[in-house]
Amino acid sequence: MSQDSESSGMDFLETTRRKWVVVYIPMLVFLIVLLFPFYWMAITAFKPNNELLSSDGNPFWIIAPTLDHVKHLLFKTSYPQWMWNTVLVSAVATFFSLAASVFAAYAIERLRFSGAKHTGLAIFLAYLVPPSILFIPLAAVVFQLGLFDTRLALILTYPTFLIPFCTWLLMGYFRSIPFELEECALIDGATRWQILMKIVLPLSVPGLISAGIFAFTLSWNEFIYALTFVSSSEIKTLPVGVVTELVEGDVYHWGPLMAGALFGSLPVALVYSFFVEYYVSGMTGSVKE
Amino acid sequence: MLEKLQNSRNALGLIFMLPAAVLLLLFLTYPLGLGVWLGFTDAKVGRPGEWIGLENYIYLWGDSVTRLALFNTLFYTVVASVLKFFLGLWLALLLNRNLRFKSFFRAVILLPYIVPTALSAIAFWWIYDAQFSILSWMLMKMGLIDQYIDFLGTPWNARLSVIAANVWRGVPFVAITLLAGLQTISPSYYEASAIDGATPWQQFRHVTLPLLTPIIAVVMTFSVLFTFTDFQLIYVITRGGPLNATHLMATLAFQRGINGGALGEGAAIAIAMVPFLLAAIMFSYFGLQRRTWQQGGADK
Repeated sequence: MSQDSESSGMDFLETTRRKWVVVYIPMLVFLIVLLFPFYWMAITAFKPNNELLSSDGNPFWIIAPTLDHVKHLLFKTSYPQWMWNTVLVSAVATFFSLAASVFAAYAIERLRFSGAKHTGLAIFLAYLVPPSILFIPLAAVVFQLGLFDTRLALILTYPTFLIPFCTWLLMGYFRSIPFELEECALIDGATRWQILMKIVLPLSVPGLISAGIFAFTLSWNEFIYALTFVSSSEIKTLPVGVVTELVEGDVYHWGPLMAGALFGSLPVALVYSFFVEYYVSGMTGSVKE
Repeated sequence: MLEKLQNSRNALGLIFMLPAAVLLLLFLTYPLGLGVWLGFTDAKVGRPGEWIGLENYIYLWGDSVTRLALFNTLFYTVVASVLKFFLGLWLALLLNRNLRFKSFFRAVILLPYIVPTALSAIAFWWIYDAQFSILSWMLMKMGLIDQYIDFLGTPWNARLSVIAANVWRGVPFVAITLLAGLQTISPSYYEASAIDGATPWQQFRHVTLPLLTPIIAVVMTFSVLFTFTDFQLIYVITRGGPLNATHLMATLAFQRGINGGALGEGAAIAIAMVPFLLAAIMFSYFGLQRRTWQQGGADK
């Protein structure tokens, strides 16, 4: 961030009071609004029912925190199973999509086979196809293949949005690796496979991490396919399980619901917090032309 | 020799493309085609359909719920995208300042975007609850309202409430990508224009905005695309209610195609979204693409 010190060059023109009004107060308002739902989720998850349903007192605080909602979630619902399904499906789908994308991106960007340019364009267009126009015919396909209500259905369909995304991202990374490195290796008698494994991949580790993190969160957050292709409770993913099974009748159990939402969000938030820079570079990289 | 190399390159390229190509052809291209075909049939769950031509589309055109869903989708997309753009740009400009804890702010701001939408939507459902809404509680304490607001109970309240949730989720994405664009603008432009006596507004209007236009085009295309085809927020918060007032095309397609079992009709609703999406992409591609002068060419 060398630009920071330069752009601060003219900051002395601004008075502190003005800066508070123009920068810090709006920033604070943004921060509060963007984070409030998480605070509300967390506070509801540990608040006993009598406090939840009473209208007096301060709703922003808990007088007697309780683990009842968490216990309910762990022992009276299939929550642990949904969590495990989500981890499994996300990890496997991410791994295979990443592998397929590495080969595809390398072929398009570096092997330059005839038709590579058009293939690259097709990959980008595939990235623009939204799941909500695909899920009905895809349900028919899943049914025809006898995969309905299996984890495999999700593992096989998630790559439809993961592969285009990862390939597009990795193409950008591969482009930044100098051709000369590969040419040297070719002259020294390395095969394409060796070049990919020993030169290109080690140099694109940051790109692989970005794509991997992003693909993992995309799979974790996926909703419409998981809702459509799976119906038994023990196969559901976490977002679908929480939405479809924790809502019973007209009495909403807000405590367990919020605890479910909180603990379903924490894993992605944790992964994200360790790799913020990779995540942001993946996000901005995927949007660049 | 050269030909041999070319050959092996093509062969190798084919092999390398194979896993990705097979998966995408089988689970993306084929379903896309199948969807178009299903739209012209009366397929039901468990019963292959027969060709009925445009009957689905004619029926949907006359169906008041579908028309309402189309209106809702357009309203939702336009209002949410405009809000996301202005708030996102504002947030990006704030983050581009020389702030203390800047990287912390930037990291925290993305949280709404990375957390599963279905789960944050549940939090919004709770925040909008008719009896226990914390928003109503706060407004009551401030003395601004004298009874709890029924956020999801009346059509317009519900529409605006889901739009607010969508904007909440989308602003971080717009802000962070625009921030990446802002950081590529050289500070020397601002210094030069400041010496020439430009006001902050003039700097924004004549330096920042023109240089940011290409990235704005891309970001907003994505934003429009994903807002128009949104499903999760509506499905979780309102399920299309009250009185179908918040049904979007995607949720209606799900209700008719999967819940109702009318695959053909559902597919037709989904396919009906495609022309709008293409129009949005074309608009941003031709309307906002890089002008020649932005690449150093002459002004047209």
